[in-house]
Amino acid sequence: MTVAIVFLPLLGAILAGLFGRFIGRIGSQLVTTILMIASAALSVPVLYEVAFGAGPYTVQLFSWIHVGTFNVEWALKVDTLTAVMLFTVSVISALVHLYSIGYMHGDPSHSRFMAYLSLFTFFMLMLVTADNLVQMFFGWEGVGLSSYLLIGFWNDRPSANAAAIKAFVVNRVGDFGFMLGIAGIYLSFDSAHLDTIFAAAPGMAEQSLHILGMNLPLLTTLCLLLFVGAMGKSAQIGLHTWLPDAMEGPTPVSALIHAATMVTAGVFMVARMSPLFEQSETALNVVAIVGATTALFAATIGCVQNDIKRVIAYSTCSQLGYMFFALGVGAYGAAIFHLVTHAFFKAMLFLGAGSVIHAMSDEQDMRRMGGIWKNIKVTYAIMWIGSLSLAGLPFFSGYYSKDMILEAAWGAHSAVGQYAFAMGAIAALLTAFYSWRLLFMTFHGRPRCDEKTLAHVHESPWVMLIPLMVLAIGAIFAGMIGYTYFVGEDRFGFWKQALAMVGEDPIEAAHHVDPAIAMMPVGIALAGIAIAVLLYVVRPGIPARLAEAMPGLYRFLLNKWYFDELYDRIFVRPAFALGRFFWKRGDVGAIDRFGPDGISLLTRIAARRTALLQSGFVYHYAFAMIIGLAVFVSAYVMGVEG
Amino acid sequence: MSNWPLLSIITFLPLVGVAFILMIRGDAAIVARNSRNVALLTSSATFVMSLFLWFGFSRGTADFQFVEQADWLPGTGISYHMGVDGISVLFVLLSTFLTPICVLAGWSSITNRVKEYMIAFMVLETMMVGMFCALDFMLFYIFFEGVLVPMFILIGVWGGPRRIYAAFKFFLYTLAGSLLMLVALLYMYFQAGTTDIPTLLHHAFAPTAQMWLFLALFASFAVKVPMWPVHTWLPDAHVEAPTAASVILAGVLLKMGAYGFVRFSVPMLPQASADFTPIVFGLSVVAVIYTSLVALVQEDMKKLIAYSSVAHMGFVTIGIFTLTPQGISGALFQMLSHGVVAGALFLCVGVIYDRLHTREISRYGGLVHRMPKYATVFMLFMMASVGLPGTSGFVGELLVILGAFQVNTWVAALMATGLIFGAAYMLFLYRRIIFGKLEKEDVKAMQDMTGREVLMFAPLVVLVLWMGLYPMPFLDIMSVSVDNLIANFETARAAADAATALVALN
Repeated sequence: MTVAIVFLPLLGAILAGLFGRFIGRIGSQLVTTILMIASAALSVPVLYEVAFGAGPYTVQLFSWIHVGTFNVEWALKVDTLTAVMLFTVSVISALVHLYSIGYMHGDPSHSRFMAYLSLFTFFMLMLVTADNLVQMFFGWEGVGLSSYLLIGFWNDRPSANAAAIKAFVVNRVGDFGFMLGIAGIYLSFDSAHLDTIFAAAPGMAEQSLHILGMNLPLLTTLCLLLFVGAMGKSAQIGLHTWLPDAMEGPTPVSALIHAATMVTAGVFMVARMSPLFEQSETALNVVAIVGATTALFAATIGCVQNDIKRVIAYSTCSQLGYMFFALGVGAYGAAIFHLVTHAFFKAMLFLGAGSVIHAMSDEQDMRRMGGIWKNIKVTYAIMWIGSLSLAGLPFFSGYYSKDMILEAAWGAHSAVGQYAFAMGAIAALLTAFYSWRLLFMTFHGRPRCDEKTLAHVHESPWVMLIPLMVLAIGAIFAGMIGYTYFVGEDRFGFWKQALAMVGEDPIEAAHHVDPAIAMMPVGIALAGIAIAVLLYVVRPGIPARLAEAMPGLYRFLLNKWYFDELYDRIFVRPAFALGRFFWKRGDVGAIDRFGPDGISLLTRIAARRTALLQSGFVYHYAFAMIIGLAVFVSAYVMGVEG
Repeated sequence: MSNWPLLSIITFLPLVGVAFILMIRGDAAIVARNSRNVALLTSSATFVMSLFLWFGFSRGTADFQFVEQADWLPGTGISYHMGVDGISVLFVLLSTFLTPICVLAGWSSITNRVKEYMIAFMVLETMMVGMFCALDFMLFYIFFEGVLVPMFILIGVWGGPRRIYAAFKFFLYTLAGSLLMLVALLYMYFQAGTTDIPTLLHHAFAPTAQMWLFLALFASFAVKVPMWPVHTWLPDAHVEAPTAASVILAGVLLKMGAYGFVRFSVPMLPQASADFTPIVFGLSVVAVIYTSLVALVQEDMKKLIAYSSVAHMGFVTIGIFTLTPQGISGALFQMLSHGVVAGALFLCVGVIYDRLHTREISRYGGLVHRMPKYATVFMLFMMASVGLPGTSGFVGELLVILGAFQVNTWVAALMATGLIFGAAYMLFLYRRIIFGKLEKEDVKAMQDMTGREVLMFAPLVVLVLWMGLYPMPFLDIMSVSVDNLIANFETARAAADAATALVALN
């Protein structure tokens, strides 16, 4: 059954990708979507069985690489963590498949699109079922490939191509860390097999690793190398630049990337490697600080963006930050809980945004929207539910998971925990603010689009609305249902050994925080909404005046903290300049000039000089012979006498 | 079957084809058609014969197998000695596998002197296979140099406009190395009294002699690999060579140098190999970073792939000199994989070169709209070149990095930057050729791959995925020989250390 869950999407991808021309557009849609739904349906009993029944198991497939003591197998490891991911990924993906049938209607490359979606899902499922690091890396790079294909799906747009390459290359920077992490783990543990590593990890806590001329604490170094990989995939500050650009792909792709199949990989990996991370206080602190910083940083940018998808993209970045600082304080269950609830409401927000864009004849700029809520009421309701959940208002699913994260950070009683709590709280204010800013700018006020677009505003077809409604159910109820199991009383029986826990349990501490702290996030969210109401409904002139009053800050945020410009200056352009220098000055100017070309030139010159000596006059030759004879004779005489 | 001189059959079967081609008479069209057919038939038959090696090879031993020995120059200790072990057998197969594909690649693009072209290819195959089978240094030397002759001719006669410059550069570089190798060969002969490789493998050369021998062999092998800074012949040779010659150049000729290291330098000169390891690492790391950056700014497709080859071969040389099971297996695997992938990439270039007759990247763009099949195939090989897991490229790179990390973390870290650069230049290339708007008139008229081209790529596609998803058959066949190589190396080093210690004591 596990094999079917993982490989049915691959089958769909192959059928639609290679035989799309024979089975046609409808055929490809049906094949991929049905197989994906089957995979999602199968993941439910697996989750039930693993979490509440027989417990974890591993399915061995066949051997992959055996060299010396380095052995890796193709195998599917299923424990609660995997089962939760299987369920989330396949369900979200199935809904995105269904939605795409409507959204991509009329696109000539529909078969290819469906094939890529299924392939994407397959790699993500391989990633979460990996029983060794190398197989995880297979899935890891595979989602990188699929995202590259999907972001660049409209491949005649230069911006889409640039975004696709950026996504792949920035992810590769992260993979560089992951790869070295794998090498380091093999060197110290003599294995890449997860269970072996986990079993040996506690005994390794005191060891050190000699790397790059330094002696560093072993597990901290390894965890940080792996975390570089996680930062790339999960778009944490520094390696986040690809994520906002990734919206160049069709909207269903954004939903898939942001909710289920790509950015969650980093969070999953850290949770999966929790037995290792638990042994290193420093590594966990780094994870928490990076996560908390990203949460705030991305939220500040989200407040000033005008593209509807870009706002949601930065919100993903920020929410991933929450997940990471939850991991960093040791609240793994809370992080995965937020991953799941976020998957539902973020997929819903993106697909809802897609529905808006669909209605607005492909307009994405919120400054040219407004006043359309009456025309697309279902979408409007969906966006409200998504925003309520994202802002963490009571009884929506985001409320349960986000509150738990903030309380766990507070309950960690450490400086890092306090920092994370502070960043998370401010980010929560901004989150509520930009979500309602989005709602008001998109749906309320005067319509700011032209007549023709306005007349054409229409609700999406059912094939798009049904997935949205299913997601809405998840966005509302997932928190309530999951709470007890993920972070509540039943959490130990639910997770079993999937998540490590050394020392104090921050989730336990979270259950005992001061009620004032526990209620604070809701208050903050309401304040954020109030500010949005004030700025965009009551006094709509204020935002512009604020931007004028602080032009520096406004431009700084609008230009995303100038990360792209900075990277362009210090990495991209120097790389090209250096390449040109090595080529023109190194290869052509030095090696060739003094190497083969130089030698041939010397030969030519020498030949010409020699040719000059051949004057043809006998007395020249005779003279040369006499000189030669003289030299030899004197040399001989001197030799004898000396 | 077991009594057949299988290796000699595989080596010289192509020459039988040459004899048939020479006998073909008639008008030009008939000669051309028949030469093609005979060449394809012979090279396919050779490949089929070489499959007997694959199935008949006994995996459990590091000994040379299918050994043949005959007197050649009696009384000199030089003999006709052939045999393969787990290392060389794979390269024999790589050579026989690529040749029929190369014949297909030149099927319609070569129109003048078809007969001579096919003869050159058959001779080339004999030389390549013979080189990997030779168990006598003299014999090896003859085949090793013999490979260059048909290659010169292929570049010089069927090459592009600057073919003379390229051929001359190729010649100048390889000549210097070859002469030094000959000196080393003679020295070894006078020391050991034989040129028999299995005997030489167990001959302990004096430490100083080892150093000079290593340098002499290094000059020859480093040029072939090619290592930085003696790599500049490669881009020119590739650019001017006809497609099929590029495939062999990248697929097999570049492996000759690395094979030389594994067969001669490391096992015969263990002390010197250990001493020179830092230099090899240094040059290889420079190669990976330097040539990757150079590849990024190339405007010529073939040059870009040529530079990427230098970077990939940097992984190979690092892997060999880590002297760990992972490093050496990874290097050998990377050689095979690079042979297939780089060969396939040059074929990909050939496909569009045949249509538009330019290698300039900016002349293309938007091909995906007209040539979806081609775009898919190119994508696969590009990803294999980038080292995506699931393709053959990944296994080698991973193993080499694992090996390097055990020996020197700086080398591993710097080398791993190649993963980032590799992705950058390949994706950038792909984007400029395949993606974008289809605007240029002549590009609009291009047709997707023909049946012949699909046939040409199909085995390569299968192999790249097979080696990526289930590399065990390949790793198994080499594992005992690799372990044996390392064990002998360790023993020799230990013996040398003991000798030094003894001297110090006295």
